[in-house]
Amino acid sequence: MSARLESDSVACPDCDLLQRIPTLPPGGRARCLRCDCFLAKQSSGPSDLPLALTIAAAIAFVVANTSPLMDLSVVGRVASTTIAGGAYEMWLEGEQIVGVLVAFCAVIAPGGYLLFMLTLLLAARRSPPPRWIAELLRWAHHFQVWSMLEVMLLGILVALIKIAQLATVQAGIAMYAVGALVLLVPAIMVTFDARELWQRIEWVDGEMPLLEPADGVAAEPRR
Amino acid sequence: MTGATVTAAQVGLLSCDACQMLSRPANATEPGFCPRCGEALEVRHFASIQTTWALVIAAAVCYIPANALPVLNTTTFGTSEGDTILGGVAFLYTSGSWPLALIVLVASVMIPLGKLAALVYLLITVQRGSVASSHERTRLYRMVEFIGRWSMLDVFVDAFTVALVQLSPLMSVAPGAGVLFFAAVVVLTMLAAEAFDPRLIWDATNPHAIRHG
Repeated sequence: MSARLESDSVACPDCDLLQRIPTLPPGGRARCLRCDCFLAKQSSGPSDLPLALTIAAAIAFVVANTSPLMDLSVVGRVASTTIAGGAYEMWLEGEQIVGVLVAFCAVIAPGGYLLFMLTLLLAARRSPPPRWIAELLRWAHHFQVWSMLEVMLLGILVALIKIAQLATVQAGIAMYAVGALVLLVPAIMVTFDARELWQRIEWVDGEMPLLEPADGVAAEPRR
Repeated sequence: MTGATVTAAQVGLLSCDACQMLSRPANATEPGFCPRCGEALEVRHFASIQTTWALVIAAAVCYIPANALPVLNTTTFGTSEGDTILGGVAFLYTSGSWPLALIVLVASVMIPLGKLAALVYLLITVQRGSVASSHERTRLYRMVEFIGRWSMLDVFVDAFTVALVQLSPLMSVAPGAGVLFFAAVVVLTMLAAEAFDPRLIWDATNPHAIRHG
């Protein structure tokens, strides 16, 4: 018995069921046969779209972190803050751990995600792609979980409305940049097909592992 | 269920958590690393049930001071006043923005409590080897995973309120002790959701499945 797994075989991450991903039409999605978990998609847009979106997001990220987020003025006194300022003030006021957490979720995680995606998308234009992008792809995935720009944007809006009762507040340029980021980052995730890239990264011995028992594996996931 | 329901674990294959590469480890008890992306391989998350329980209990303990202690201390002309999370919700409600009050109430009170209840339910059903409503439980788990980040909302509200309202001696806002506990609840429940392995829900339905605590 020397049957090997097909390269389109996957185990569902949520229920471990072995199944094969059928050839998908552009824009098609495959879900787990048993638990309905999202398994794969076939992107329909141009192949450079994720890179274009990532470059746009990186620019928006730089703007968001260098310009003032909002200004406050009350009886002639003016105060303003940036994203990093929100974390820094927490640190100064004695809540260092919370300050680090805010900095991580609002700056480091989204920044790291965008940096890794930009590097790996540029590197993936080479054929075959260099092996080290596998490491970057893995790290981008871990950073993305802790990147909370959309939560931060809602948090800023709530804070603005709370403070607006007491003083005049004005949204700064960074606020619009964060708004753009909140739309661009999900757009990168929707258009970027990690499975296609993983398949282009060479596996160390180039062969799929042996399958035993060899029967009863070819379940066709529905779309 | 008709047809074949063979899991990767049943045929000795491991799926990489990061790149979904299937591989057959030389040594099943020490699978090592993914040959493609270098992620540490595991049949099921290591000590998933114990780790999740520990994180859930720690989060439940932190939840009490997170709500009892003030998250913000407002000083106006020398007089200081503490605001708890529910106090902040009440402030938003009485000042006329009830939709915002509702958003903060859902994100800061209902989501953390719902997550804790959902994880406890998932842990107990998995430990009892329940085979009923596996689909619903998997969907519940995905919801916990997806929605968890939104409870960070109040931490961001507090951080940016503190950063902006620094107009001493007129008025200044400082973080209270509660914010640390609240942040701990959010991080601990997110880690608990990550530690829980949804494949354990389905292992009970596979007669030959390997059992991992």
